[in-house]
Amino acid sequence: MSNATYISIFYIFAAITVFSAAFVVFSKNVIYSAFALLFTFFGTAALYVFLSADFIAVTQVVVYVGGILVLLLFGVMFTNSIMQTELKTDVLHVVPGTLLLVATVGGMLFTFYTTASWKPSDEQLQGSVVERIGFETMSRYVLPFEMASILLLAVLLGAAFLARFDKVSNNEQ
Amino acid sequence: MELLTNIGLNHYLTISALLFGFGLFAVMTRRNAIVILMGVELILNAANINFLAFSKYSGGMEGVMFSLFIIVLAAAEAAIALAIVINIYKIFRSVDVSSIDTMKE
Repeated sequence: MSNATYISIFYIFAAITVFSAAFVVFSKNVIYSAFALLFTFFGTAALYVFLSADFIAVTQVVVYVGGILVLLLFGVMFTNSIMQTELKTDVLHVVPGTLLLVATVGGMLFTFYTTASWKPSDEQLQGSVVERIGFETMSRYVLPFEMASILLLAVLLGAAFLARFDKVSNNEQ
Repeated sequence: MELLTNIGLNHYLTISALLFGFGLFAVMTRRNAIVILMGVELILNAANINFLAFSKYSGGMEGVMFSLFIIVLAAAEAAIALAIVINIYKIFRSVDVSSIDTMKE
């Protein structure tokens, strides 16, 4: 792939990510926000491929798009009546929020582009990282790996317990 | 022009800073609890981009492993948070976070 193609594809995915993230935040309609989040997740996954983390990109698509986004859409449709106009969300603290947004992003970008001078290492990640992820998971990161499995079990039980069908209040009605 | 065509660490950090700022804005200003959750997901994605960018340009595997665990935690967080939101909706009949003022019925 030539360099110009590489650069233009990078900028296309960067634009998709940033603009759809802005749409998620500034859209008045929650459903539009949820669907814009889909493009943000896909754009981010494409950026992961550019960062030579192909396994993370696939995981991002499977977990975020297949899991979290479906959960969020379920939440949106469960808690809003779709055909009603009150699907619109209001905002509060707009001025402090905007100030914080401008200050945070401006401060970070200023720091990145003026004071910080990153020196990339000579040996950067190249090609696929799937095999190295397998080795790292079973050697250095085996304890966090097991803890993640216990955490997921606890979350499974906790979420089912919290969102279960409430028998008591149903009998009272 | 050199800055624009030579894609390096700063480009990824810029995207990540923008995503983080948008997520922070959503968490601060929106009233709908679900949009606040979306803002949290944006912030986690921004952190992931940072981890992977630093990992790529330093050549180590630490950032890649960290971002994998962040994805696991994000899934767990979304599941629990939505269960809580559904409970809030059952009790208050709305997901407006500014109208929720008691901790029990």
